[in-house]
Amino acid sequence: MNHLLRELAPIGAEGWAVIEDEARTRLKTYLAGRKLVDFTGPLGWEHSATELGRVDAVPAPFPEVTARRRRVLPLVELRAPFEIARTELDDAQRGAVDIDLAGLDQAVENIALAENRTIFHGFAEGGITGITEAASAPTVSVDATDLGLYPNIVAAAVNQLRMKGIEGPYGLAIEPAGYTAIIETTERGGYPLLDHLCEILGGPVVWAPGVTGAVVLSLRGGDFVLECGQDLSIGYRAHDGDTVSLYLEESISFRVLEPDAAVHIVAAP
Amino acid sequence: MASEGLHEPLELLDEGIIDRHRAIASLIEEFDAIDWYDQRIHATKDASLKALLSRNRDEEKEHATMTLEWLRRRDPALDKQLRTFLFTTDPVTVVEDRAEAGKPSPKSLGGGPTTVRGTGSLGIGGLREVGK
Repeated sequence: MNHLLRELAPIGAEGWAVIEDEARTRLKTYLAGRKLVDFTGPLGWEHSATELGRVDAVPAPFPEVTARRRRVLPLVELRAPFEIARTELDDAQRGAVDIDLAGLDQAVENIALAENRTIFHGFAEGGITGITEAASAPTVSVDATDLGLYPNIVAAAVNQLRMKGIEGPYGLAIEPAGYTAIIETTERGGYPLLDHLCEILGGPVVWAPGVTGAVVLSLRGGDFVLECGQDLSIGYRAHDGDTVSLYLEESISFRVLEPDAAVHIVAAP
Repeated sequence: MASEGLHEPLELLDEGIIDRHRAIASLIEEFDAIDWYDQRIHATKDASLKALLSRNRDEEKEHATMTLEWLRRRDPALDKQLRTFLFTTDPVTVVEDRAEAGKPSPKSLGGGPTTVRGTGSLGIGGLREVGK
């Protein structure tokens, strides 16, 4: 039994299958960052830090000796608790497929948005710098109500990346309201705005809850790395006669290796 | 003659087929032995012989498993089926139904329900499809 203690949960095989299917499906919808950055791992729960290959000089413990301390980026553990009614799990065991998993769904959204925000906007308390914080290019302001400007803005961002020698393909992560507006819009001549943007980028436009504004970034690889110790897993916390308490958990670090490889776009005030 | 179990002329078969035939024949012999031991263990009234035969039978299971693993490493289709069905906890017919629907059954490795290699991971991993 590992630290997730799943074997202690009063959940049968069919119940676990329903929970895991639901979590997996929804996570893949929400996890926008993973659709755009490099992914390394999973390296295991025991993996504690990302090696940076750098050192800091420190005072030596004895004369005529030099000392350097290795620099590492510790992984952060993200955990989102949730509860499921035991009556629902009993029904799953009977073969019911319309199980009420509202608690799980909220936890999935919470942990996915936490991961997305960490990737795009950083997590200072966790020592992680996000893509928009690290980006060397100045933030671009756009009138979010004028969707007709989007092709020009995105093309300008792509051009800015190319001018710095950052190759494509490129992707666009955009907050849900902006994404919805884009897919609802056709340009003059009836050409869908979404298709036009994908053509400019050479890559996807990604619905990205947790992102503020939008981010154009290179997908060539080697610029942004999400390192995973334990990939998203479901663990057991406790249970009583009515509910089972579980949690979603992962351990991650994130690094921006090339600050020139992204442009942040925000709505003008 | 490699074996009396060959059903095609030897000159039409390559070395890989012959070796797999050897392993499959050996696997059949191991399972036959397990079956014989089972019957003899059940039939004997001598407790010490029952214990001796039980130990010998279980050693045949080790031999059978080792041979099956040799075959799995050389047969991708067998490997796929073993990965689908072994160590699952659902009824076997449900495992097949779920596999055909693209929903792998939960597995039990080491005594509990798990997903990816006994870790409990949901197996999400990287999701980037462009620019890999």
